[in-house]
Amino acid sequence: MLFKGISASAGIAIGKAFVIEDEDFCPVKRNIAKDEVKKEVEKFRKAISDTKADFEKIKAAASKHLGKKHIKLFDAYLFIADDPVLKSEVVSKITKELINAEYALYEVIEENAKVFEKIKDEYFRERGKDIYDVGKKIMKHLTGVHKKTLADVKENSIVFADNLTPADTILMKNENVIGFATNQGGKTSHTAIMAQAMEIPAVVGMKDITSNVTHNDIIIIDGNEGVVIVKPDPETLENYHRRLKNYQTEVKELSQFVNVPAVTSDGKKIIVAANIEIPEEVRSVISHGAEGIGLFRTEYLFINRAEFPSEQEQFESYSQVVEKVFPNPVVIRTIDLGGDKLLPYFNINVERNPFMGLRAIRFCLKYPEIFKIQLRAILRASVFGNVKMMYPMISGVDELRAANVILDEVKQELKSKSVQFDENMEVGVMIEIPSAALTVDLLAKDADFLSIGTNDLIQYTLAVDRVNEYVTHLYEPLHLSVIRLLKNIVDAGHKEGKWVSMCGEMAGDPAYTEILLGLGIEHFSMGAASVLRVKKNITKTNFAGAKKITEEILNEASRELLIQKINQRKGH
Amino acid sequence: MIRKTVKIKNKLGLHARPASLFVQTTSKFKSSIKVFKDKHEVDGKSIMGLMMLAAGFGTELQILIDGIDENELLTTIENLIERKFDEE
Repeated sequence: MLFKGISASAGIAIGKAFVIEDEDFCPVKRNIAKDEVKKEVEKFRKAISDTKADFEKIKAAASKHLGKKHIKLFDAYLFIADDPVLKSEVVSKITKELINAEYALYEVIEENAKVFEKIKDEYFRERGKDIYDVGKKIMKHLTGVHKKTLADVKENSIVFADNLTPADTILMKNENVIGFATNQGGKTSHTAIMAQAMEIPAVVGMKDITSNVTHNDIIIIDGNEGVVIVKPDPETLENYHRRLKNYQTEVKELSQFVNVPAVTSDGKKIIVAANIEIPEEVRSVISHGAEGIGLFRTEYLFINRAEFPSEQEQFESYSQVVEKVFPNPVVIRTIDLGGDKLLPYFNINVERNPFMGLRAIRFCLKYPEIFKIQLRAILRASVFGNVKMMYPMISGVDELRAANVILDEVKQELKSKSVQFDENMEVGVMIEIPSAALTVDLLAKDADFLSIGTNDLIQYTLAVDRVNEYVTHLYEPLHLSVIRLLKNIVDAGHKEGKWVSMCGEMAGDPAYTEILLGLGIEHFSMGAASVLRVKKNITKTNFAGAKKITEEILNEASRELLIQKINQRKGH
Repeated sequence: MIRKTVKIKNKLGLHARPASLFVQTTSKFKSSIKVFKDKHEVDGKSIMGLMMLAAGFGTELQILIDGIDENELLTTIENLIERKFDEE
């Protein structure tokens, strides 16, 4: 049986399922005799102290492996387990209603959690989950039913769970785990980060995969495709053993390119950098031989939390990345918030068309105080390495100038306080709106560099929402309009002596490497997983030859013929 | 017995971490402490209770302390709130 999810970490693995079940939370009610009360209360108190001991152990491990910042949650858990009200309510239920400790605990947790459900404020409402989490841990000790935990994981295991938190994985035997599949989670979930660091496949957001798999089932996990196959038939299994072998061969072959510079067959040096969403990805950037970071998205600092990150927190996060990547450059993109990434702690109206709404630079220009905090943090981080900065969603010169006015204010402010920053930090713009692509000759005069965001540029140029299944086939990166716009951008940038980078998905697709080189793009930035494939393609491409093909297709009106021409050239 | 009205000054209010600090502090004292928000009353030594108040920024809370070390407890708690739970 095949299940699809979100690909969170690349790779293929074949192994056995290790299913971590969620603890049950519906014990049986049992009436007890009066002389049993003391025993039930004792049992409950013992469960509390065992639970606290567990949390202390996890807290100690967490502070060792994850740092002090992560232990706050466990402190709160400890206090909940030790809560005098929780304890006295449970004890009083056991004593007065003459019921077993398990059921008393169940009722008390349910009653208290219900109060949280009614809270209007989302952040406080969520705290009800903490009460449940702790309740489940106490219950585990009460019932004495010890479900499997990651500390028991056997060799060659693909771990299945509803969701994995740092508390779950901290005691895991890493060497025994060869893959992860979870019901919940997205590309930036804890599972995804863990898996990427361990360089094993992970598929997340699989909805109810845990109910479709049993312990020790044979499993194929394909993190490249975001697929999990439970109990594959012999044919599929054989097929995947072959794929696994090919994949391993490819990985091995590509690994030769890690320390090889990306130079075309006729000697043109190309820069291949990587995109990151979270600082933890830096390791993978370096191990894949990327020459710096061409797009450091900063939204991770702002989402999934209850308040804006402070200047200090942002500064620490940026400088840590910058230091690790030095001497290679890091291009930090200022926040692209708004749109689909509305913050729960910042009230902006729900928009009918958020992708064309108040987001990115528009949001920052409307709320300069929020913008300035980020600019200060980036400027302060700039002395720790090679930092460049760019603004997203710039639609024309006025916006770039308005943003730079704010930047200058911040610089003056820092100077007056004698705070150090790199005065020559390059400031570029993302070209991802057709209006910017069409006035790029002017933008290129003011900006220090241009970075092409193909995802939005293509979507806005073709008026195609690429996640809409009815029109997604119309999303064509090789549409003549797109190719002409790209040519316009590259030429305008180079005419002003500015470097032009491409950081959209198109840059990471090896199928487009040749044509992009032909358009004159000399800086590529992409997901770390694509770096080696693109590098390999670059070394095989003749730069002058690629230019010729591109010239041929710039006037090819028929999309079909255009693609045919490209394919013919590729097949030569 | 002493009664006092305090105002929450940290941006996030009494969320998990400040509530932990609150309880950590109150548990060290012998006196009992009750916290009121409008009609709700909770035990000031219960993290669950404190979080249930959903006391955000600017919320006014009444505090009722009773016991031999009530004055010290009040000063310590007021101090903690004043310092915004060392968050900002």
